[in-house]
Amino acid sequence: MSISLNNISKSYKKLKAVQDISFDVNPGELFGLIGPDGAGKTTIFRILTTLLIPGEGTATVAGFDVVEDYKEIRNSVGYMPGRFSLYQDLTVEENLTFFATIFGTTIEENHDLIEDIYVQIEPFKNRRAGKLSGGMKQKLALCCALIHKPKVLFLDEPTTGVDPVSRKEFWEMLKRLQKKNITILVSTPYMDEAALCDRIALIQNGEILEIDTPEAIVNKFPKTIYNVGADNMYKLIQSLQKYKYLYSVFPFGEFVHYTDKRDSFEVADLRSYLEKEGLVNISIEVAQPNIEDAFMELAR
Amino acid sequence: MQLKINDEISSPLWELEWKMKRFIGFIKKEFYHIFRDRRSLFILFGMPIAQILLFGFAITNEINNVNIAILDHSKDASTGEIINKISASKYFTVKQILTRETDIETAFKKGKIKAVLNFEKDFSRNLIAEKRATIQIITDATDPNTANSITNYINAILQNYQQEKNRTIAVEYQIVPQTRMVYNPELKSVFMFVPGVMTIILMLVSAMMTSISITREKELGTMEILLVSPLKPFQVIIGKVVPYIFLSIINASVIVLLSIFIFKMPVQGSLFLLGLESVLFIITSLALGILISTIAETQQAAMMISLMGLMLPVILLSGFIFPVASMPVPLQIISNIIPAKWFIIIIKGIMLKGVGMAYVWKETLILIGMTIFFIGLSIKKYKIRLE
Repeated sequence: MSISLNNISKSYKKLKAVQDISFDVNPGELFGLIGPDGAGKTTIFRILTTLLIPGEGTATVAGFDVVEDYKEIRNSVGYMPGRFSLYQDLTVEENLTFFATIFGTTIEENHDLIEDIYVQIEPFKNRRAGKLSGGMKQKLALCCALIHKPKVLFLDEPTTGVDPVSRKEFWEMLKRLQKKNITILVSTPYMDEAALCDRIALIQNGEILEIDTPEAIVNKFPKTIYNVGADNMYKLIQSLQKYKYLYSVFPFGEFVHYTDKRDSFEVADLRSYLEKEGLVNISIEVAQPNIEDAFMELAR
Repeated sequence: MQLKINDEISSPLWELEWKMKRFIGFIKKEFYHIFRDRRSLFILFGMPIAQILLFGFAITNEINNVNIAILDHSKDASTGEIINKISASKYFTVKQILTRETDIETAFKKGKIKAVLNFEKDFSRNLIAEKRATIQIITDATDPNTANSITNYINAILQNYQQEKNRTIAVEYQIVPQTRMVYNPELKSVFMFVPGVMTIILMLVSAMMTSISITREKELGTMEILLVSPLKPFQVIIGKVVPYIFLSIINASVIVLLSIFIFKMPVQGSLFLLGLESVLFIITSLALGILISTIAETQQAAMMISLMGLMLPVILLSGFIFPVASMPVPLQIISNIIPAKWFIIIIKGIMLKGVGMAYVWKETLILIGMTIFFIGLSIKKYKIRLE
């Protein structure tokens, strides 16, 4: 196991940050922690990167205990905290050189590992890190976390506050890194990114709701989801919420995701109800459930 | 392949080289921070020069060209001589000649004059006939120190005049006090301020700047990355401290050079010893800075603790401005725990009295003891994790 958590709990004074968390990450796996802000993702990262001591339970990273062997872990992992944590007053190149130096390596030595990413920020190598765009900052931070060829890479919300194009690029990079045999634990509040992981843990209020592959989690979804659309989105949601057979309704892009309480559900019933409510241009179609639906269902 | 890597890592030479490179890399980064931040550059280099010049030129207890007024009811030979003598000295300028007693109050209220000399009627005649004549010296005591000095200076001039007059006459008994001010014969206040300012600057640069630079890493989150790296906490601290030792030494030299060349302050003792003691005090202050950074979580907190916790006691209790001996006993006891007090004693001794180690070993030992205590406490309090 590259990462292994056994019944980890952690409290800050009275607040329970994480409770009884257990999961394993296999070598070379891209594992995602998916959950909203405040779910406890950062606490898990800090425990695994030896920055916090777990209140209860044990955890190992690359075979080392997070409490006993913290020095070994610090030598062999790469960590990118949630907040941009590089030196803003140093240039791109100076930051990279600095992190290479403290890990006892050089940019040249591990150039092949960061090459794909570095070529994108190289045109700005003399620019101060504080003056980079959000996406560039994250790419630089990733380079810095990778510069010493870590066995395990911890990325805490690497795409938060990054534009959609850069987010996509970032995930493509992670996929390539994975092929170079680096175990990656990544957290994100974006459900659409979850599908890009090998396995994910859905986490809320410090507890794990489910651990599985994204496909399996979606397939386990117990209901049929309908994409419902109408001209007046606001009124549509209001009307659906009053509908006596409603199981759940969430806005999703230009549609709402609707599930029904009944097993034998007739689309026509719903349509006539909505027409009676005065909605026009009604469309109702069966939709593929996604991670967000699964999360909402599990979090109920 | 795997074997080869292990071989390299275990080789002591490789490890030493790596450690050196890492250390130099870290220090290079610190210098980037310092030289790219205008505020810290100003504190480092602008402040020492500004402070020493301010204290040297502007803030002074000496009196020079004090404006006075004369109310002369006699207007005879003796009063004329005395007035001439007073206005001839560089300390006083006769600004106003008053004619009535009631003018005195108005003159003071205007605030232009600091003292009035009121000669009685028939001054010369009284002096010759009755062997005594009176001058009233009225001073504006809103500033007690200046008022005191003015009275003393005028008294001295009058005494001098009296002695000159008496020289021709044989007096039966006469006590002539011969005062001699040693170590600072001209009573230049800059001599008193230089050691104090040097102490403040070294304290400020070393303690405040290091504590701010360490807490900045905490505040910006970079400490998190440094902790999750092979760098050991003490290596981070040493890397933070070394640039400031270097800069503080430069600062101390600039202050000493300024005081020698601009204020003509003699350094009586050994410059080498002065240097050594300064380095010791720099290390004491750095240790305090590290200690502050283990307590403070933000740069602002570090700055407040440094200013309130270090600067104020240094200014008020170290004997820099107010002599420790004339403080109430509880404050005298508290002043003992202030490192600056001991350093001021040491450098005053070396710079003004020219004493050697034989006279300051006790103070030196106290500083060393304090340094070890601060370092020990910092190591104990230093967090290898986030909590």
